Amino acid sequence: MSTTRQRFDFGRYNFILVPFIAGGLALLVGAVIIWLLGANPIEAYIGMVQGALGSPNAIADSLVKAGPLLFVGVGICIAYRGGVINIGGEGQIVIGALATTLVVLTLSGLPSLILIPLALAAGFVGGGFWGGIAGFLKARFKVNEVLSTIMLNAIAVQLMTFLLNGALMDPTSLDNSIRIPQTQRFPLWTDLPRLIPTRLHAGILLGVLIAVLAYILLWHTTIGYRIRAVGFNTVASKYAGINVGRYQILAITLSGALAGLGGAVEVMGVNHRLFTDGSATGFTGNAGFNGIVVALFGALHPLGVIPASFLFGALLTGANTLQRTVQVPGAFVTTLDGLVVIFVVASQIWARRRATRHAMPELPPQDKIVPASTT
Amino acid sequence: MKTRYILFTLALIALLALAACAAPTAAPQPTAAPAQPTAAPAQPTAAPPPAAKVFRVAVVMPSAANDLAFSQSMIDALTKIQAEMGKDKFEFVYSENMFNVTDAATAIRDYATKGYDLVLGHGSQYGASIQDIAPDFPNTAFAWGTAVDTFKEKGVNNVFAYTVASDQGGYVEGVMGVKLSKSKILGALGPIPAGDGQLTIKGFEAGALATDPNAKVQTTFTNSFSDVALMSQAAQTQIASGADVLTGTSQSVVGAVSVAKDKGVLWFGNQSDQASLAPDIVVASQVYDWTVALKWMMEKINGGTRGGEVFIATFANKGLVMVYNPAFKLPDDVKALAEKTIAGLADGSIQTGIK
Amino acid sequence: MLEQLFAPAVIIGILASGIQLATPYLYAAVGEMFSQISGVLNLGVEGVMLMGAFIAYYAVLRTDNLLLGLALAALTGALMGLMTAVISVTLKAEQGISGIGIYLFGLGLSDLLFLVLVGTPKAIVGFPELDLPVLSGLPALGPILFSQNILVYFAFACVPLAWFILNKTTLGLKVRAVGQTPEAADSLGISVARVRYIAVIVAGTMAGIAGASLSIGLLNIFQQNLTSGLGFIAVALVYFGGWRPFRVMLGALLFSMVNALQLWIQTLGIALPSDIAGMLPYILTIIALIFAARQIVTQPTALTKPFERGE
Repeated sequence: MSTTRQRFDFGRYNFILVPFIAGGLALLVGAVIIWLLGANPIEAYIGMVQGALGSPNAIADSLVKAGPLLFVGVGICIAYRGGVINIGGEGQIVIGALATTLVVLTLSGLPSLILIPLALAAGFVGGGFWGGIAGFLKARFKVNEVLSTIMLNAIAVQLMTFLLNGALMDPTSLDNSIRIPQTQRFPLWTDLPRLIPTRLHAGILLGVLIAVLAYILLWHTTIGYRIRAVGFNTVASKYAGINVGRYQILAITLSGALAGLGGAVEVMGVNHRLFTDGSATGFTGNAGFNGIVVALFGALHPLGVIPASFLFGALLTGANTLQRTVQVPGAFVTTLDGLVVIFVVASQIWARRRATRHAMPELPPQDKIVPASTT
Repeated sequence: MKTRYILFTLALIALLALAACAAPTAAPQPTAAPAQPTAAPAQPTAAPPPAAKVFRVAVVMPSAANDLAFSQSMIDALTKIQAEMGKDKFEFVYSENMFNVTDAATAIRDYATKGYDLVLGHGSQYGASIQDIAPDFPNTAFAWGTAVDTFKEKGVNNVFAYTVASDQGGYVEGVMGVKLSKSKILGALGPIPAGDGQLTIKGFEAGALATDPNAKVQTTFTNSFSDVALMSQAAQTQIASGADVLTGTSQSVVGAVSVAKDKGVLWFGNQSDQASLAPDIVVASQVYDWTVALKWMMEKINGGTRGGEVFIATFANKGLVMVYNPAFKLPDDVKALAEKTIAGLADGSIQTGIK
Repeated sequence: MLEQLFAPAVIIGILASGIQLATPYLYAAVGEMFSQISGVLNLGVEGVMLMGAFIAYYAVLRTDNLLLGLALAALTGALMGLMTAVISVTLKAEQGISGIGIYLFGLGLSDLLFLVLVGTPKAIVGFPELDLPVLSGLPALGPILFSQNILVYFAFACVPLAWFILNKTTLGLKVRAVGQTPEAADSLGISVARVRYIAVIVAGTMAGIAGASLSIGLLNIFQQNLTSGLGFIAVALVYFGGWRPFRVMLGALLFSMVNALQLWIQTLGIALPSDIAGMLPYILTIIALIFAARQIVTQPTALTKPFERGE
């Protein structure tokens, strides 16, 4: 495991430093925009920090926001390591939440000790199924996953709208002329336990646990080793006798499953009911996309995703308070989000330059693949 | 080295926790002390403390404040009340683009913490969040719409619900539409078959058929509140299949209005006054005038009631108004019929039959 | 009920709607194809489209000059293309992710500018419908298919043009070379970076025009998030078309026409829930690709891979 040791050598601080500097530059550009909008940038950013970290509620909100990013981000790490681009996180979150909702509403008589794990498992399976479709289409029919995941995102939303508009609609809403496309509130005993008297729920702990498990899977099991081998060099893996298709399907299925679990946690921990506004973002808040960014922030390593998702959750939560503290338009938040992503992703070259071979190339040299696959 | 990695994570969490401990003075603990929101400090940006009591409203809404549809209808109402009462008596702030409900819940709680008199969740997706947050702030009034559930039977006493009988407006539009139509085919466009949009469309159909049983109303849903291109094609499709009068809801209808303008087909607006988009073809708009609902709530709040009641905007209480486009030459007989229908709906002698 | 769908008026209607809806996809997808063939995946198309759409709209709102609007949209697209190129080619950033950044940036900034500079949606007069001589005189089909605004015709003209450039010109050869075997291209003295810059800027320009084709061509309006996912579909269509211009066009037409079909299904009152009808274009695109992909389609080998000289 000597390679593992070298890989995360934090003696080379660039790895962390560079994203922070880049993020700072993005905020600087954001400051110019705030100034152009006629607000005071310093006041705005102080408000932003307070909004993200200034009170127990604010910190809880930041962590709650980090939840889905953590799940999706860890999933993206797995997909990425397996050489699959999963931009279907939005759809997988939605399907996961739908599966959870179905279980909660149909089996609501069960005690919470059984129902909560069952409902979470349903989210995991639902998201995995949705991701697995893309994996299957890629392995079996060579349908590129970029195309299929984009299409599957749209299909997932339509499916949610369809179900919330009929089969799953809140029975009391069915009787009203204004039909609200949402389910009834879940029974109280299906709420994920709160950690402290804020919105912070136990789902975030589950996320951290999942990240650790994903790390163990990828770096300490044969399956994980093969996933990484396939992602690193498809051709060599094939020669080494690894069933490339199977491991690609597995990678994107796991990735989807984690996104689905994120959806399950969101619906059981935060919203306690599923609703739709005809788009995915109403429920996901773009977590399917931002999760990809978080994965990169975390150097595509499950453990790195933990702090990365917290940071990003805090950033988004803080930025949202700008509307309330200095009254800049809501669109600024999206703009700032984009700027941070652009700056950080563009700065990676400097992060890599010093920490080369430690941060990015995770995989063993090709010649090592052959003996490994014989196990 | 992975241990360092974990250490780093722990350090970060510790830092967050530290910040949490250092900060509590900044924000009230909602669950601990039930009484203080009324004593909350004035808004940081506000001018010197005014002499009279200021009524302060905060709104959280899903789309942009300038969407010329649902969100704008609320902003227009707040602006109007502020103009009537004066800035020293009435203040409002808003958070727009809160399409993500988790973010919206954060904003709602934050506004409540800051001591606003009334916190509005202007979107039916915010109900569950308000139900969770309201009990923590018993001295703050909350409201959400469009909805009819105040959670009173669940023990929550400080939530108002407001909704709109948009089937009434749709009904009148249907009556006028069928009179103005030559083909007697009318088209109705919506985002998803739910909410006030669906109610408008049902009313539109009922009004048209009550006036002319042989008329035909075609309905199309695009399944998106924002897809302007698809909405414009839906309008094209309606026109190609014979419709010469159209109506529609959601912020994406601006695309449909533009098609109607090109093809010289009539349009009935909803939610906000849409005449400015195409003065030649917009006949009238059903406008949600939330000033009535807001004033009703303010009166209740000043009288000590913070929730538990539902406001339904109708023609009768003027929460719903038909705004005729002055630039459009509406034949007198049609206008008279529309006015008669409005009066009938207001006094109950006409029913839309939508339930 | 179903036989209504085969009435000539309906079929013509679907064709006409399909052609119009396909227009923004064509510009964006043909541009994106250049970028991808050169080895750069640009997921930010949607953001560039939104900026192009807003700039064109704003220029027309202020000056009533349609050509100025179009030119500024193209310029905005080119600038954002340049930005993409700096990030993806020079800084060798992770392409899928930088694209998301550009998407979010464009989505936010276009909305912000719209709010500050315009306020609420205001109608403009966009490109008028233009009757093609002779063709528009054709019975039945003519007036519907050949009476579109000029941006629609240009979109379809881009397809053979793109084919010609890619297959019959040196530039096209270079673009393919740097996307297939950058090392070999480099050893032949082709500047991989320069060719990729050109391709990515072309993609940006086309995406800017795609946005303009919506805001000042088809819709004559701007609204927050006007494109509403069109840009992502355009990226998907490049994969659908297997990096070949005419297949990309087929994909765009298929997707658009099925979308038009589902609108007709609803309008004619055929009993199918609108949500289910709304899924049709997405499902059929995947199914169509399952059959199309059987013929071996290989993606540019260097797609998403930054070029490292001498490694």
